[in-house]
Amino acid sequence: MNAKRSDKLATIIIYIFVAIVVLILAGILGNILITGVPHLSWHFLTSEASSYQAGGGVRDQLFNSIYLLILTTIISFPIALGSAIYLSEYAKDNWVTSLIRTTIEILSSLPSIVVGLFGYLLFVVQFGFGFSIISGALALTFFNLPILTSNIEQAISGVPEQQREAGLALGLSNWKTIRGIVLPAALPGILTGLILSAGRIFGEAAALIYTAGQSGSTVNYTDWNPFSPTSPLNVMRPAETLAVHIWKVNTEGIISDATIVSAATSALLVIVVIIFNLGARYLGNKLYQKLTAAK
Amino acid sequence: MRKEVISAKDVKLSYGNFEALHGINLNFREKELTALIGPSGCGKSTFLRCLNRMNDDIENTTITGEILFDGQDIYSPKMDLVELRKDVGMVFQQPTPFPFSVYNNIAYGLRLAGVKDKDLIDQRVEESLKQAAIWNDVKDNLDRNAQAFSGGQQQRICIARALAVRPKVVLLDEPTSALDPISSSEIEETLLELKQSYTFIMVTHNLQQASRISDRTAFFMNGDLIEAGPTEQMFIAPDKQITSDYLNGRFG
Repeated sequence: MNAKRSDKLATIIIYIFVAIVVLILAGILGNILITGVPHLSWHFLTSEASSYQAGGGVRDQLFNSIYLLILTTIISFPIALGSAIYLSEYAKDNWVTSLIRTTIEILSSLPSIVVGLFGYLLFVVQFGFGFSIISGALALTFFNLPILTSNIEQAISGVPEQQREAGLALGLSNWKTIRGIVLPAALPGILTGLILSAGRIFGEAAALIYTAGQSGSTVNYTDWNPFSPTSPLNVMRPAETLAVHIWKVNTEGIISDATIVSAATSALLVIVVIIFNLGARYLGNKLYQKLTAAK
Repeated sequence: MRKEVISAKDVKLSYGNFEALHGINLNFREKELTALIGPSGCGKSTFLRCLNRMNDDIENTTITGEILFDGQDIYSPKMDLVELRKDVGMVFQQPTPFPFSVYNNIAYGLRLAGVKDKDLIDQRVEESLKQAAIWNDVKDNLDRNAQAFSGGQQQRICIARALAVRPKVVLLDEPTSALDPISSSEIEETLLELKQSYTFIMVTHNLQQASRISDRTAFFMNGDLIEAGPTEQMFIAPDKQITSDYLNGRFG
């Protein structure tokens, strides 16, 4: 076979593989959206889930998912950012650092059900938080931290060394170089890491079943005092999320419209993730432009 | 004779057990351009980076000897690194504009130095960009990201950034070796102009460049300073045979 033909063949094979990936993804997404979207309605979004009868909604689950996502991000982002800065900028190249890196890699491949059971033992039982939003958020932080940290670390390490030297040569301290030059330059990568991890958090079920719980409490959306037991903001109340809801109606649901609810919830979950991704990307670009004047 | 701005006395530098500089004695005079030349790995860049303490952050490096800047030992514990680097600026081989607008690149060092007056910053930005002969290219695009310009333009922006804080000395580490010939010769012209007001110390691999724009030349080899003197004399009648061999392209 001559070079021209083998080049052609390789190209064709690559295209076939790409087509397979695209088809699978389009198939899954299309299936979820086509079966779910027709059942989405204002009523579905704004009414409580029903336990026995058909016609329930996912109002609380939607709120819980978003609330958990925000809480988890608030807890895990600063820790991940700090550790990533330490690992890429301050850590010396020795066995301690490589131990930390290996640990992070191992943790990031931990099955989420293990994280969930660990969270159950530690936060729910040991700390006495019970099935609660805070237990869920802490378990998700454990689940999320390793990957978020290594994503951010990669983004920071990707900034060329010369940028740091130029900062130092201008008389900037180490920290000012990091804050003023390295972080703005790494922002797009950091943001990508954050968006990916947000998607993972939003769709996570296994880690939450034993921590945030599978039942909702009565929530009163007119009560925004976080210390009141019926307030949606109360972090000590149990909270079922969209992903857990899908799992529950399919395994132990006794409502007659379980398939419809699960299809609609899945579609809603996908749509919210897409909205969140696009929104975060838009805001991130705005921020990046503001910081760097890039057009 | 012009005043000496930097004088290095018996500067030795080792990485771990490897001694890269074996006792360099070299003085730099005010408002002159001194070229440091020599084969790759001879220690000229390492020496240059001693002059604003850029080697500090490299692990296992020990530096002995004395480097006086304006009569002050820059390696003394009392030396303020930020002050030193404000007075001794640096331009690198690869253009290194920060990922900000042109304006903010130039203003960054000024703001860091505590300049708050907006008018003064505006004025300095314009002045520095004019000095680096890049004002006409960027004056309508001051809000544009500095990294969106061509390599030669980026390097001039970096020169302007170094000049903005009014340094006394500017270190140039092969400032044109990553650029095309036209950009290089433009930067050479700019440097010729600027050496009326600043002291430059430039590492270069380009011997023609050294002969064209430098006042004095120092020849390094294997971590030793072989000889230093007025450029013309060095190129026409060097003291040492090895210098003459290098300048005539017999090695290196």
